[in-house]
Amino acid sequence: MSEHAEPAPAGEETKPRTALGKTGTFLDDRTGGAKGLKGLLGKVFPDHWSFMLGEIALYSFIVLLLSGVYLTLFFKPSQTEVIYHGSYVPLDGLPMTEAYSSTLHISFDVRGGLLMRQMHHWAALLFVAAITVHLFRVFFTGAFRKPRELNWLIGVGLLTLGLVEGFAGYSLPDDLLSGTGLRIAEGIVQAIPVVGTYLASFVFGGEFPGNDFIPRLYAIHILLVPGLILALITAHLFLVVYHKHTQYPGPGRTENNVVGYPLLPVYTAKAGGFFFVVFGVITLLAAVVTINPVWLFGPYNPSQISAGSQPDWYIGFLDGALRIMPNWESHILGHTISWNILLPAVVIPGILFTVLGAYPFIEAWVTGDRRDHHLLDRPRNMPTRTGLGAMAISFYLLLWISGGNDIIATRFDLTINEITRAMQVLVFVVPPLVYVATKRICLGLQHRDHDKLMHGWETGIIRRLPSGEFVEIHAPIEEEEQVTILQAGRTKPAALPAPPETDENGVPAPGGRMARLRSRLSRWYYSESVSTPTEEELHEAAHHAQEELENQQRQLDAIGVAPSAEDEQQLTTGH
Amino acid sequence: MSEIVRPDSEHLAPENPDAPGLPAHRLRRTDVDPIATKRAERQVANLFLVAIIATVGFVVAFVAFPSPHKYITIIPGVLQDISASNFFLGMTLAISLLAIGVGAIHWAKKLMSDVEIVELRHPSASSAQDRAEFQEVFETGVASSGIKEYKLIRRTLIGAMLVLPIPALLLFRDLGPLPRKKLSTTAIHKGVRLVVDGTQAPLRPSDIPIGALVNVVPENLQAIEEAAGTLDERGKDALMIIRMRPDQIIAQQGANWDVEGILCFSKVCTHAGCPLGLYEQQTHHMLCPCHQSTFDLSDAGRVIFGPAARSLPQLAITTNADGYLVAAQGFTQPVGPSFWERS
Repeated sequence: MSEHAEPAPAGEETKPRTALGKTGTFLDDRTGGAKGLKGLLGKVFPDHWSFMLGEIALYSFIVLLLSGVYLTLFFKPSQTEVIYHGSYVPLDGLPMTEAYSSTLHISFDVRGGLLMRQMHHWAALLFVAAITVHLFRVFFTGAFRKPRELNWLIGVGLLTLGLVEGFAGYSLPDDLLSGTGLRIAEGIVQAIPVVGTYLASFVFGGEFPGNDFIPRLYAIHILLVPGLILALITAHLFLVVYHKHTQYPGPGRTENNVVGYPLLPVYTAKAGGFFFVVFGVITLLAAVVTINPVWLFGPYNPSQISAGSQPDWYIGFLDGALRIMPNWESHILGHTISWNILLPAVVIPGILFTVLGAYPFIEAWVTGDRRDHHLLDRPRNMPTRTGLGAMAISFYLLLWISGGNDIIATRFDLTINEITRAMQVLVFVVPPLVYVATKRICLGLQHRDHDKLMHGWETGIIRRLPSGEFVEIHAPIEEEEQVTILQAGRTKPAALPAPPETDENGVPAPGGRMARLRSRLSRWYYSESVSTPTEEELHEAAHHAQEELENQQRQLDAIGVAPSAEDEQQLTTGH
Repeated sequence: MSEIVRPDSEHLAPENPDAPGLPAHRLRRTDVDPIATKRAERQVANLFLVAIIATVGFVVAFVAFPSPHKYITIIPGVLQDISASNFFLGMTLAISLLAIGVGAIHWAKKLMSDVEIVELRHPSASSAQDRAEFQEVFETGVASSGIKEYKLIRRTLIGAMLVLPIPALLLFRDLGPLPRKKLSTTAIHKGVRLVVDGTQAPLRPSDIPIGALVNVVPENLQAIEEAAGTLDERGKDALMIIRMRPDQIIAQQGANWDVEGILCFSKVCTHAGCPLGLYEQQTHHMLCPCHQSTFDLSDAGRVIFGPAARSLPQLAITTNADGYLVAAQGFTQPVGPSFWERS
């Protein structure tokens, strides 16, 4: 760039006439943006409903920014006590913090204020939900594999920040429910060994609840965390564009291409339109479904509580873990270690998120697969991964259900004790069963795929042969399906061979234990896979099927039965 | 890391018979039928018109419902007694947004080209030449800086960077005071009257029937709160008084800490600090609504269920000369959740 000594010649030959053209020229003369943008506008994205899950997260984040900025104009992040004299009569004359009273003001005295509050809350719930389901999609299709491991890590970071951001926002109105949540958070911080009481005292500016925490949380909620989220989203999207999107196997789709529609115009319209749809659905929810009616909970008071206290859904698994944890506490040398809080609230989420973040690297190590992957896996073709994912989800869900044990008890007329004890057992029993069942289902589906390739699909047409035998006619599957199955089956890497026990000199091989562990894991990972038929096997199967058909036809011809027109069509087209 | 043999990705090259080219493009009605094209155009335009009308509706709703306190019923039992302002502002805005969104998607699906385009991928990595050039630039730069030879500079720089976070950490020191003994102390002391939370009414034993539960606070709490301007003390001093027949008391945390079957306990759960709230009068079980720790108040506040590890602290009470319930002494142990410094 610096080589250009003479002024930029842009626009010399073809002077722009339209206003758009002139603006574009003005901008490009100063930024050189046309070069990069032309590539971006033509960028091809593949089409699939499951690729829209991440989009939902992105769009709800935009709605969060818009509605959040609006709310900052009215919300007062202060724990200074005021006496409420707003238009919500049931709370008139009550002492409360400015944070709570300004939330009431937004809800009852600002036109559209309640709508914006409810949109903000619904969008937050949707944001975390969409991230979670998007994560499932990426996991089960193997989209996290090389070269996308870093984007997986960014995604895990976004999920974590989403949880933090959601909990921070939930806590700001200083109502009875959110204040109780903060009280629990303080109890968790306090339980951290050695530094816990100091941390709690610093964070809350003294004892709980103090007068400092809401203003501090506010800065974190509207500046620090959203800034980080925005930066990570930018990096996430940059990498999506740089890597080009993954695609599902199918005819014409390979590891070396991406098949779909260009950003301009198709995805500008589709994704832009989808943004408005997400925005609209959030607005619709805010219009008709009440969320977080803080005026019913009342202002926070550390000596009050309401039954059936529930956090927002995404904190539920942590709350559930706290609820079903046995009451273990150690007393060592005059100190207390609260396992009943540390294990469920610190250790379990720590392990969950560490394993989640490390998974792509663990899988790559176990499989020894160092290739780039752009074609997605069908979950059935990776039974071990799919089983592990289903196992993790079942564990998460059980914790989440445990978080609602009181609601379940009252709704289903069970005792809280029975549910809690059952959950203490089920979190250990169910996930392994889910792993086994999922793996069996995947293998069953692989067998079905194999059968379809080899023997075609069952047409439902039954023929009676002159011998009296009934046969069902199989027809070859469509090429598209065949290609999809074959491609997915053949991208699988093989299990690592067992390393030699000793090297060529008969000395135990260096690093042998690690290598043996890796080989064992690899064999476990790929155990019981259904082989994909080779070219020859397919030809042979097709040939065999054809012979069979002809043989049957000869038998029928011999007694003078002509196939019906429908049959003919079925046999030739496969439909 | 042992290298392994596996099927290579050549299997997936476009010329592979398994991977034929794209399926033939299927024409849509709108590609061949001008009437269908015209109809699609009208549909999209109509949706955008709906958006405009809905936005006008938003303006109307904004003016028509100046107060969010007008409540209406749209569907009895489902959308009942809802704020008219919130409903109409939300519905009009939602319709407007959805119409724009659906219109744009419909436009893309019916009228924009649906011919799939194939774009080739490029390796994520830079070319070997770029890498080599980068390495050369980097190494030249590093060599020219002399960071490898000037050990003294290198080590002092590392040292300087290592100590730099100390000011950053120190700056956070004044976020709050040191915890000291605050978690272990409350404002409750010998002789302080126990008054009903909210009304500040002092209590005589005769005010409390058997089976009752009363939320109380020490009488001095109000003055402390007013002076401090925080709810801190309340988080520790919240108490509850229950009464049972003296023969129903199985055990107490101290001899004769009751007054004629009236017992006083901390209201703060020993698990995570939630106020306790659900009392079973017949069994004298007190349940925490947050995580369901259950304490038997007739048996010295023992934990009988749930994640809490410590018994609920009991406060020894007595009556003063006027016959009012007072604390016989302060708490003999910290109230609320456990912490490291606690033995």
